[in-house]
Amino acid sequence: MIDFRLSDEHETLRKTVEEFAREEVAPVIGDFYEREEFPYDLVAKMGRMGLFGLPFPETYGGMDGDFTALCLTLEELARVDSSVAITLEAGVSLGAMPVFRFGTEEQKRRWLPALCSGEMLGGFGLTEPGGGSDAGGTLTTARLDGDEWVINGTKSFITNSGTDITGLVTVTAVTGTKPDGRKEISAIIVPAGTPGFTVSKKYSKVGWNASDTRELSFADCRVPAANLLGERGRGYAQFLSILDEGRIAIAALSVGLAQGCVDESLRYVGEREAFGHKIGEYQAIQFKIADMEARAHTARLAYYAALAKMERGEPFKKEAAIAKLVSSNAAMDNSRDATQIFGGYGFMNEFPVGRFYRDAKILEIGEGTSEVQRMLIARELGLR
Amino acid sequence: MPNIVVLVKQVPDTYSERKLSEGDHTLDRDFADAVLDEINERAIEEALQIKEAHDGEVTVLCVGPDRATDAIRKGLSMGADKAIHVLDDALHGSDLLQTAKVLAAAIRTVEDVDLVIAGNEASDGAGGAVPAVVAELLGYPQLTHAREVTVDGTTVKVTRETEDGLTHLEASLPAVVSVGEKINEPRYPSFKGIMAAKKKPVETVDIADLGVDAGDVGLANAWSTVVEAAPKPPREAGQRVEDDGDGGVKIAEYLVGQKLI
Ligand SMILES: Cc1cc2nc3c(=O)[nH]c(=O)nc-3n(C[C@H](O)[C@H](O)[C@H](O)COP(=O)(O)OP(=O)(O)OC[C@H]3O[C@@H](n4cnc5c(N)ncnc54)[C@H](O)[C@@H]3O)c2cc1C
Ligand SMILES: Cc1cc2nc3c(=O)[nH]c(=O)nc-3n(C[C@H](O)[C@H](O)[C@H](O)COP(=O)(O)OP(=O)(O)OC[C@H]3O[C@@H](n4cnc5c(N)ncnc54)[C@H](O)[C@@H]3O)c2cc1C
Repeated sequence: MIDFRLSDEHETLRKTVEEFAREEVAPVIGDFYEREEFPYDLVAKMGRMGLFGLPFPETYGGMDGDFTALCLTLEELARVDSSVAITLEAGVSLGAMPVFRFGTEEQKRRWLPALCSGEMLGGFGLTEPGGGSDAGGTLTTARLDGDEWVINGTKSFITNSGTDITGLVTVTAVTGTKPDGRKEISAIIVPAGTPGFTVSKKYSKVGWNASDTRELSFADCRVPAANLLGERGRGYAQFLSILDEGRIAIAALSVGLAQGCVDESLRYVGEREAFGHKIGEYQAIQFKIADMEARAHTARLAYYAALAKMERGEPFKKEAAIAKLVSSNAAMDNSRDATQIFGGYGFMNEFPVGRFYRDAKILEIGEGTSEVQRMLIARELGLR
Repeated sequence: MPNIVVLVKQVPDTYSERKLSEGDHTLDRDFADAVLDEINERAIEEALQIKEAHDGEVTVLCVGPDRATDAIRKGLSMGADKAIHVLDDALHGSDLLQTAKVLAAAIRTVEDVDLVIAGNEASDGAGGAVPAVVAELLGYPQLTHAREVTVDGTTVKVTRETEDGLTHLEASLPAVVSVGEKINEPRYPSFKGIMAAKKKPVETVDIADLGVDAGDVGLANAWSTVVEAAPKPPREAGQRVEDDGDGGVKIAEYLVGQKLI
C-alpha cells in the first residue's frame, strides 16, 4: 500500500514552521522585500529553531533529521515567502551539504557547527557569466602553487555569498586536464574575506529580493591546499549529485509558493465583491482556484515520490527532475492566476501575491532550468 | 537545582471561531482547533530559562481531555522533561475552584517542588485566579503578574506589573508564580526537541489516583454554572468623521464622549 501520511514528528515540525511563518515572517517580510534588505533577525530565529541543521547529525551541531524534514520546512516557509525559504535552501543544500558529503573530518568540524546553527551561511559557486546550464564549461581556474591553490575567475548569481554572516563559498574550478583531454574540475572552499576574493554589490533582481545574490571575482586568490573539497577532479560530478537533491528541495519550495497562492486567493475571494456578489461565488473564479489547488497537490505528490525514493536510497534522478519541472510550472501558473484574482491589488507590492508572481519565475531557472530538467528526464528514458 | 512544575492549559485557537455547546454551555471542543495557550508557552519558556541557568527539572501539568496530549507534547518538545496529564471524564464542566483543587492535588504528587509557574490568565476562561487558588491550597506564597523572575538559592524575586505600576516581590521557595505577556518570547520547538518529546515520560492519572472525590468535581458539582449564553453581537460599523476642516475637533469630541480623554 502506498502511504502518503507524514510521521508524527514530521507533521509536528510542519505545523511548527507553519506557525513560525505566519507569526514571525508574514508580518515583516514585505518591508524587507521592498527595501531589498536581508532579514538577519529572521535568519537568526530560524537558526535557533535548528532549521539550518535539519538534515545533519548531532555530532556536527545538526538536528539529526532528514531531507524530508528540510523539504517540509521549505514548503511551509515558501507558502509565506520565498526569500527566506531560498536562504535556507541554499544555506543547507549548497552551503553545508557539500561540506558534509565530501569534506574531511577536519573540514566538517571546522565549518558545520556554525553552518548548522544558522550563525554562518555558506554558498556554492558554479555558474559563471558565460554559462550555468553547461556546468562543465567552467572557466575559473585553480593552480596549485606549493601548498596553496591560486584561484582566478568569476562566478555569477551566487546565493548567500555576500551577507554579513557568510563564512565560505565553495567554488568549482578547472584544476588541470584529464588523461582523456577533458577539463579536470575540482571544488575548493574559499573562506569569506580571503585576499583576492571580491564580492560585488547585490544584483537588482526581479524577485527573491530579500535574499542575497552576488557576483564573485577571484584574482590570484590564495587558499590552503587543504581547502580542496572532496577528490581532485571530482568537483563537477560531486556538484551534480548535490544538485539532484537540491532539485527536490526547490520543488518543495515551489509547491509552497503554489499553495500560498491558493491560501491568499481563498481569503480574498470571500471578501471581495463585484456586481453585487463575492467574487468567490463566480464559477470562473472557483475553477481557477480549483485548478490552482490541483496543481499544488499534484506537484506535492511528485516531490513526495522523489523524496521517498531518495530516503530509501534508490536512484531518484528522474523523479527529482520531474518534481522540479512540474512544481516550478505550478508555481508560475498559480502565481499568475492568483495575481489575476486579486485584480489591480495583485499588481501592488503590499499584497503577497504580487511578491509570489515575481518570485515564481526564478524557480524555472535556478538549480537547473526547465529545459535542463527535460534533458535529464529524456536521458533517463534512454534518449541520447 | 529548582524543581519546577508548569501549569499548562489547552485552549481553543484564537485564530478559529469559538463556540459553546448547546446543551450544557461548556466549551464545544470539537468546534475549534485546540492549542497550548500562548501564555503557557511563556510560562514554559520561563521555566526552561531558569532550568538552563540553574539546572533542575521541568514538569508540565495539564488538566484536560484526551486531545490535551498535543499541548503537553508541545511543552515537552520545547524542552520540558516530563509531564502529568490529569484525564478523567468526571472533570467535564469543572469550574475554576475545582480545577485548582485537582491541580493542587497533582502538584502534591511531585516530590520536592520548588516553583510552580502558571499563566496569569487563560485566553478562554480568563478567570485569572487559578494560580492564586492553587497557591492558597498548597500554602505557598503567590507572586502574580510577573514580568521578570529571578531564582536565587531558596528565594524567588518577581517584578510584578499591573496597571498600578511595578512592584518588587520576594518570597522563599516553594512558591507559585504566574507570568504575564511581557515575560519573554517563547521559543519554537526544534526538530531535535520534537523527536526527543516522543520519548519523554507522560504520566496519565485520574482523580482517584489523586485522592480527589468524583463528587467534588464536574459540571453537576460546580460552584458556578453558565445559565445562558448568546453569541457576541456582530461588530457595528464604526462612526465616520468627515473632515470639513474641523476633523480634529470632532475626533476629540468623540473621544471625550467615550471618556477616553
Ligand atoms: C537569483 C539566482 C540565484 C542563483 N543562485 C546560484 C547559486 O547559488 N550558485 C550557482 O552556481 N548558481 C546560481 N544561480 C545560477 C542559476 O543556476 C543559473 O542561472 C541557471 O543554471 C541557468 O544558467 P544561465 O543563467 O547561465 O543560463 P544558460 O545556461 O545560458 O541558459 C540560457 C537558456 O538556454 C537554455 N539552454 C541551455 N542549454 C540548452 C540545451 N542544451 N538545450 C535546450 N536549451 C538549453 C536554458 O534552459 C536557458 O533557457 C542563481 C541564479 C539566480 C537568478
Ligand atoms: C467555554 C467555557 C465554558 C465553561 N463552562 C463552565 C461552567 O459551565 N461552569 C463553571 O463553573 N466553569 C466553567 N468554565 C470555567 C472553566 O472551568 C475554567 O476556565 C477553568 O476551570 C480554569 O479557569 P480559567 O481558564 O479562568 O483559568 P485562569 O485562572 O485564567 O488560568 C490561569 C492559569 O492557570 C493554569 N490553568 C488553568 N486551567 C488549567 C488546567 N485545566 N490545567 C492546567 N493548568 C491550568 C494555567 O497556567 C493558566 O494560564 C468554562 C470555561 C470555558 C472556557
